[in-house]
Amino acid sequence: MALAEPPLDRSASRERPEAGWVERIPPVWWALGLFLLTLPAYANDFILFQVFGWTFILGMIALSLMFLAGYGGMVSLIQMSVAAMAGYMVAIFGTSGIAEISMDLPWWLYVPIAIIIAAIFGTIVGALAVRTEGIYTIMITLAIAAAFFYFTRQNYTIFNGYTGFNLVVPPRLFGVDWREPMPFYYLTLGWATLAYGVVIYVSRAPFGLALQGIRDNPRRMAALGFNVTAHRVAAYTFASIIAAVAGILLVWQNAQIAPGTAGIPAVIDILVIAVIGGIGRPIGPFIGALIYVLLRTFSPDVLLAFGLSGERFKLLIGLGFLALVFFSPDGVLGLWDRWRARRAQMARDGGLR
Amino acid sequence: MNAQTGTPAAPARIGSVSTGAALELRGVQKMFGALAAIADVTMTVASGERRAVLGSNGAGKTTLFNCVTGDFLPTSGTIRLFGEDVTTFPAHERVRRGLRRTYQISLLFGGLTVADNVYLACRGVSRARFSMLRPRQGDTLLSRAEELIEAVNLTDASSTMVANLSYGQQRQLEIALALAGAPRLILFDEPAAGLSPTERGELVRLLTNLPEHIGYVIIEHDMDVALRVAESVTMMHNGTVFKEGTPEEIENDAEVQELYLGDGHG
Repeated sequence: MALAEPPLDRSASRERPEAGWVERIPPVWWALGLFLLTLPAYANDFILFQVFGWTFILGMIALSLMFLAGYGGMVSLIQMSVAAMAGYMVAIFGTSGIAEISMDLPWWLYVPIAIIIAAIFGTIVGALAVRTEGIYTIMITLAIAAAFFYFTRQNYTIFNGYTGFNLVVPPRLFGVDWREPMPFYYLTLGWATLAYGVVIYVSRAPFGLALQGIRDNPRRMAALGFNVTAHRVAAYTFASIIAAVAGILLVWQNAQIAPGTAGIPAVIDILVIAVIGGIGRPIGPFIGALIYVLLRTFSPDVLLAFGLSGERFKLLIGLGFLALVFFSPDGVLGLWDRWRARRAQMARDGGLR
Repeated sequence: MNAQTGTPAAPARIGSVSTGAALELRGVQKMFGALAAIADVTMTVASGERRAVLGSNGAGKTTLFNCVTGDFLPTSGTIRLFGEDVTTFPAHERVRRGLRRTYQISLLFGGLTVADNVYLACRGVSRARFSMLRPRQGDTLLSRAEELIEAVNLTDASSTMVANLSYGQQRQLEIALALAGAPRLILFDEPAAGLSPTERGELVRLLTNLPEHIGYVIIEHDMDVALRVAESVTMMHNGTVFKEGTPEEIENDAEVQELYLGDGHG
C-alpha cells in the first residue's frame, strides 16, 4: 500500500532554508481559506448551518477513520459510535430536556468528560480490534457499533432508550449563542481546521511515521523496537478524540441525540464519505463529506422535480458511490491526482515537441 | 580478513572481548505441524563474538533466527539474551535489549526516504516512540541517522525514496537499520545475497570494522564472505547443529566438505 502522505523531506527543507511555513502553503489553500472565512458574507443561514456545519462535522468523523485507515491500515467502523458516545455524554452530564437523567454540570466539566469517556470507549474497541486485520477489523468494529446502537436503544436508565435526549444545546459563551448559524459555522470551521492541521502534523511526527511503517510492515517495525499493538491502540485513542469533538458538535447542531445517530446506516455513511473523498490524504474526508451532504440535502428536490419520491435520495448516493468506486477506487482525490498527472504528462510531451 | 589492511583480522579477536554470553540457546525446537524446522539446537554466542551459521537451504538457519528474534515462539527450549530468559518475549522487547536483525529479503518502507527509514529505526529504540512532536533541527536522533547513512555509504541517496534504490543499496540500508540504537548482537540474514563483487567487498569492510562490542551472527551462502567476517562457525544440517569450530577447522573438515562445500572447494 502506498503511503498516505508524502514523507518527511528534510533535504528539501535544507535546500530552501528561507522558505517559512507561510511560503510552503500553496496559493489554492490561501484561496480556500479566504473563501471559507468570508462565506457568511454571501451564503444564507441554511448553507452555513446545514450544509457547511454538517460537512465539517461529518468530515471530522471521517477524518478520524481516514487517520486509522490511511495511515494505520485499520478500517474501523466504530468512529460514528465514538462520536455518538461523546454526544450522549454531553447530554447526560450537561443539560437536556430529560432533566431526570441529565446532571446539569457546567460546560467546562462535561465537555472534557465527554471527550475522555468517548476516547476510552474508542481505545477499548481499538484494543480488541487491533488483534485482527482486514475484513475482520471491519467486522469486529461493525459488530461493536451494532451492539452500541441496540444498547442505547434498549437502555432507558442512562441513554433514555429509543427517544434519546432533546434540547441539548451549546453553552452561551462570551455572550454568543453558538447555535446561531454564523457562530456555529465558525465553531465547526475552527475545529475542523484544527483537526485537519493536527492530523497533518502528527502524520509526519514520529508517531505518525511509525504508524505508517506499521501499516506497511508490522513485522519490520517490531524488529525496530516498536510495540506494534500498543501503537495501533494509541492510534485509536488519537482518532477517537477527533471523533469525540465532532460528536459534541453534532449533538449541538441537532440539539438532540438518539440511537439512530449511531445506527448502522450512519456508521456505514462515514465509511462511504471517507471512500468517496479518498482515504489517502486528510482533505479527502472533507471532500467526501461535502459531496454526501450536498446529495443528502438537495437530491430529494432533484428527485421530486423528476416526479420521483424524494425518499429515494439514498439511491442517488448509492449510485454515485458505485460509479466512483468503479472509476476511481481511491476516491475524488484519486481522480484529481490522475488528472494532474495526465496534465503534467501532456505538458512534458508538449515540451518535447 | 580486514579489507583495508589485507590481514586476517577476525581470528585474532576470538575471546578478546568475550565478557559473557550474548546469546544462549538450550534445546531449542520449532515444529511446523509434524515437521521439525529446527530440533534440539544448543549454542552459545559470546558477547562481541562474530559467528557464521552455515548450512544448505532448509537447514533451519532462518527459522533459528526467527526464534531468536521472537518472530516465532519456539516449541520447546530456552533462549537467553545477555543472561536474561527471553523465550516468550515479543520481538520489540528483545530489540530493546540490544538485539537487531536484517532480513533475507529486504523489509524496508518503500514509500519513505532513506533518511526516514533510518530515523524510524533510531526512534524504535528511543524512549520517545510515541512522540507527536516533529523532530527539530539539532535532534540527536536525526544526527545519529545521518551518521548511520554515511556509514553505509548512502549519504547521496539520503532523500531518495527507498522503492527507487538499487537492490544493493537496499541491502546497505538494511544494515543501517540494524545498526540503529545501541545494538549489542546483530543477526545478519544473507546480507551479501544479490550484491556485486564490489558491494560484497564493501560489506566485508563494513562488518569487520564494526565496533568490537557489537557481536553478530551471520547466515551467508557466500563462503568467501562468511569465512572472512566470522571468528567461529556453526554448521547446521536438517535443523540440527552439525558441527562447530573456527573457519579453518570448518573449511578443512572432510564431512563438511562432503555435505556442504563440495569436493572442489578450497
